[in-house]
Amino acid sequence: MTELLIRNACVFDPLNGIRGDVMDIAIRDGRIVESVQNNADVIDASGFLTLPGGIDSHSHVCGTKVNFGRYMSPEDMRAGRTARRGKMHVTSGYYVPTTYGNSYRYSTMGYTTVLEGAMAPLEARHTHEEFNATPLQDMLANTLFDGNWSIMEAVHAQDVKRAAAIVAWTLSSVRGFAIKLTNPGGTEAWGWGGDLTGIRDPVPNFNVTPAEIITTMIEANELLHLPHSVHLHCNNLGKPGNYATTLETFGLVPDLNKNRQTLYATHVQFHAYGGSTWRDICSKADEITKSVNAKPQIVMDMGQIMFGRTMTMTADGPMEFNLYCLHHNKWSNHDVELETGSGIIPVLYSKKSLVNCVMWAIGLELALLTKNPYQCLLATDNPNGAPFVKYPEIIGLLMSKRYRDEECATLHDGIDQRTSISSIDREMDWNEIAIITRAGQARALGIAAQGKGHLAPGAEADLAIYPIRCDDVDPATEYRKVVEGFQKTRFTIKRGRVVARDGDVIVDGANTTFWVNPTIPDEHNVANDPEFVKKFEEYYTVRMSNYPVQDVYLPRGRCIKTEADI
Amino acid sequence: MLIKDVVCPFCGCLCDDLDVEVENGRIIRVDNACTLGSKTMVGDDRLKAPIRRDGKGWIETTYDAAIEEAAQILLDADRPLLYGWSRTHGEAQGIGVHLAELIGGVVDNTSTVCHGPSILAIQEVGHPGCTLGQVKNRADLIIYWGCNPIDAHPRHMSRYTTYATGFFVKDAHRDRKVIVVDTRRNESADVATEFVQVEPGGDYAVLSALRAIVRGRGDVVPPSVSGVSREQLVRVAEMCKNAKFGAIFFGLGLTMTAGKNKNVRNAIELTDELNRHTKFIISPMRGHGNVYGTNEVFTWITGYPYAVDFSRGIAFYNPGETTAIDILRRGECDACLVVASDPAAHFPKPCVEHLARIPVVQIDPHPNATTHICRLQIPGSVAGIDAAGTAYRMDGVPIRLKAIIETGVPNDTEILQRLYNRVREAKGE
Ligand code: SF4
Ligand SMILES: [Zn+2]
Repeated sequence: MTELLIRNACVFDPLNGIRGDVMDIAIRDGRIVESVQNNADVIDASGFLTLPGGIDSHSHVCGTKVNFGRYMSPEDMRAGRTARRGKMHVTSGYYVPTTYGNSYRYSTMGYTTVLEGAMAPLEARHTHEEFNATPLQDMLANTLFDGNWSIMEAVHAQDVKRAAAIVAWTLSSVRGFAIKLTNPGGTEAWGWGGDLTGIRDPVPNFNVTPAEIITTMIEANELLHLPHSVHLHCNNLGKPGNYATTLETFGLVPDLNKNRQTLYATHVQFHAYGGSTWRDICSKADEITKSVNAKPQIVMDMGQIMFGRTMTMTADGPMEFNLYCLHHNKWSNHDVELETGSGIIPVLYSKKSLVNCVMWAIGLELALLTKNPYQCLLATDNPNGAPFVKYPEIIGLLMSKRYRDEECATLHDGIDQRTSISSIDREMDWNEIAIITRAGQARALGIAAQGKGHLAPGAEADLAIYPIRCDDVDPATEYRKVVEGFQKTRFTIKRGRVVARDGDVIVDGANTTFWVNPTIPDEHNVANDPEFVKKFEEYYTVRMSNYPVQDVYLPRGRCIKTEADI
Repeated sequence: MLIKDVVCPFCGCLCDDLDVEVENGRIIRVDNACTLGSKTMVGDDRLKAPIRRDGKGWIETTYDAAIEEAAQILLDADRPLLYGWSRTHGEAQGIGVHLAELIGGVVDNTSTVCHGPSILAIQEVGHPGCTLGQVKNRADLIIYWGCNPIDAHPRHMSRYTTYATGFFVKDAHRDRKVIVVDTRRNESADVATEFVQVEPGGDYAVLSALRAIVRGRGDVVPPSVSGVSREQLVRVAEMCKNAKFGAIFFGLGLTMTAGKNKNVRNAIELTDELNRHTKFIISPMRGHGNVYGTNEVFTWITGYPYAVDFSRGIAFYNPGETTAIDILRRGECDACLVVASDPAAHFPKPCVEHLARIPVVQIDPHPNATTHICRLQIPGSVAGIDAAGTAYRMDGVPIRLKAIIETGVPNDTEILQRLYNRVREAKGE
């Protein structure tokens, strides 16, 4: 039995309604408890801001595409390197760091759980291998179904149960956590070098539309009672005028779940553009947030961009090719048979580019114009909008109108005509920041029940203690202190153990991978279905028996079982 | 006992459909594999125990003693090189990288003598690729450039390309065209729709000519380019543009001949250009079963696919300087750990001569050319035969190699982990 008592913590725990109370937190064997014995180890939090461990609900840190981003970018590897020191391995890279680089930096920022935004089922083993080399965060994997042939056939047959059964088999086989749709249908079209222009376009050869894929998968998701909702990267990412597609997509979504949203729309900044070309692009954050404010069934994340160099990497292959045609940077593409696609190119977001300035403003507008902070979470689609090490700056911007104004003064003049950022006065408070960086993520991912994102007795003892005294700091004016404070925790605690202190990681780490296993009746099990099996016999290049990810790849896996309604 | 869906660990195709018959702990029959694969699986001849030189000849030793000696050799070295890795599983590769990190050594893999130039080209311009199933199901045009799959990847054509039927390619023979580009006619050329014979060293020029034609600037192309007529180049360019899905596979004929990485870069940029007209991908024909895995594992740990030097504490990468061949040629390295490869058979003579002068420890179950120059050889089990672990196919698909027989021989992961622990302990950590 190991016990720890954290004294004098200034706690914000939104899911339990705690707002800045100075209190003690008792921990036993990795979980929060009511009290511990007198001889427990003690950490003095000295009145510092104490939050549940940070959760990133959409980040690209592990797997085929991320690793290819590293592989092709020695220039970035040189940009951030540290030597082996204490418990810490060598790290390389700034915007696509090595796995240890990601893990240490997240940890020293107080993050204890990260969802990998896109895992192709066929290449899942790779993602899990990298999860094991990302030792300080519990990991979850969004699993790609956007161009899945069996799914599109089920959608065409309007057979939701079959779609659900395919999802169940696939998630449990590849140890995935949630359904991810990236440019649904578009990735299959890209198999022929094409794309779709909206959610009513038919997917070539499959006779289904993105709208049908999205609605069917939403229903399938709820039949399976998955912890998370469908996680959607909308069609038409990054195209001027795409806000219409986004609104049309939001309009498809019924409210099917009492406990959480029915649709998680990711990196919405990239989907909130007005205008018709790069010349007249403008913000439609007002329209998007009007829709979201009226639809509790939708949660989004910001997809904030920050100025500087980074790398775009997504399953959205056609979008990446368009970017390549625009920038002529190096371009990688990797389509995955029967499932999905992907593309990678480096980018530079410049303050001199009006388009980039508009993008920057849109992300902030989305967060500031969404009334309920649980509906717009902080993320950059790491590293697409910016590497996650920029999160503290984003927090500063959301908490300080003055900081935003000072930034705006350094941007392209056109920003005032194209966006409303300068007219928004809202400044977020500590509680709202706690929501958009952990509590909201825990609720949206459906893992509060797993003890994530809050500090009630029974919860996992994942905590971040930041060297910020909430009473002494006025975020509106002292935003620098806020930014610095969020960059480096005083202590990061993971399962009751101090894992990072003042910017150094001090343990080897031993993470957990969460995955779901929906139980479905035997007669619906697609493993016995000749049509499904035929996909492996004839079209995949890997045998069905070699496809599932073996248990050895999840040495500390935690399976979430659900009972399907089929 | 019949074991189905066994993965062949020999070449980058990693065929996973072998039927293997095992009797009394021995493999007696292999179905579906090519001859290279069968030879790997059946009747391989291995060392029974670790062996060391004692001045006069070889004597057998124990694993404990061998690991102790290997640790001392590495601890005594100022500039150790840890080389090889492409025939073992990813778990062992990972420990190897961490061992190099621990001792401040250089870790490099066999890419250094095969597709290293392809990696350099990719680092300049990227890589439009896909998994092999995309090619099998969609491609109506295949180009083999500077490689001879019939010889080196015997089932590549039947499983993934020329003869493979796929969802959109029901009749491979009728629906698919094959172009072979090489300096001489090889067996693969005999099955091609079109054979393009390039003068040695002429690949770069031919690629440039094709790019010009695809861009609509055929007028700048002379009547003959490196032995290829303009008519043929125009015909090939048209075939490419008219394909619904084209796939270029290239081998050492492009990467290791005059122009090297610039050839590959040109081929990639041709592929980029063709994507403005239709769908096109390009892919290196990776040789050893898990050579691509070494690149993956090295990359997620260090940030670089090969040639990583830890002597400065950080991971430092500069091919041409930190590559195994260059370190040996400069006579810099003073001890070498070779794992699952055979540098004495593949490296240039001056490098092998230097290896012969320094202490070399080899972890490999088979007596090979490197055995003749090493001081100590420790046999591990073979990934895919009596050891399980991860391998990455040439297209990046991760596959689990199975242990299909039980031999009691420690696997490379175990040997390396013990070596790592011993070195770490000796360093007082
Ligand atoms: S093609 Fe390669 S992987 Fe397939 S059986 Fe032959 S040697 Fe083995
Ligand atoms: Zn993403």
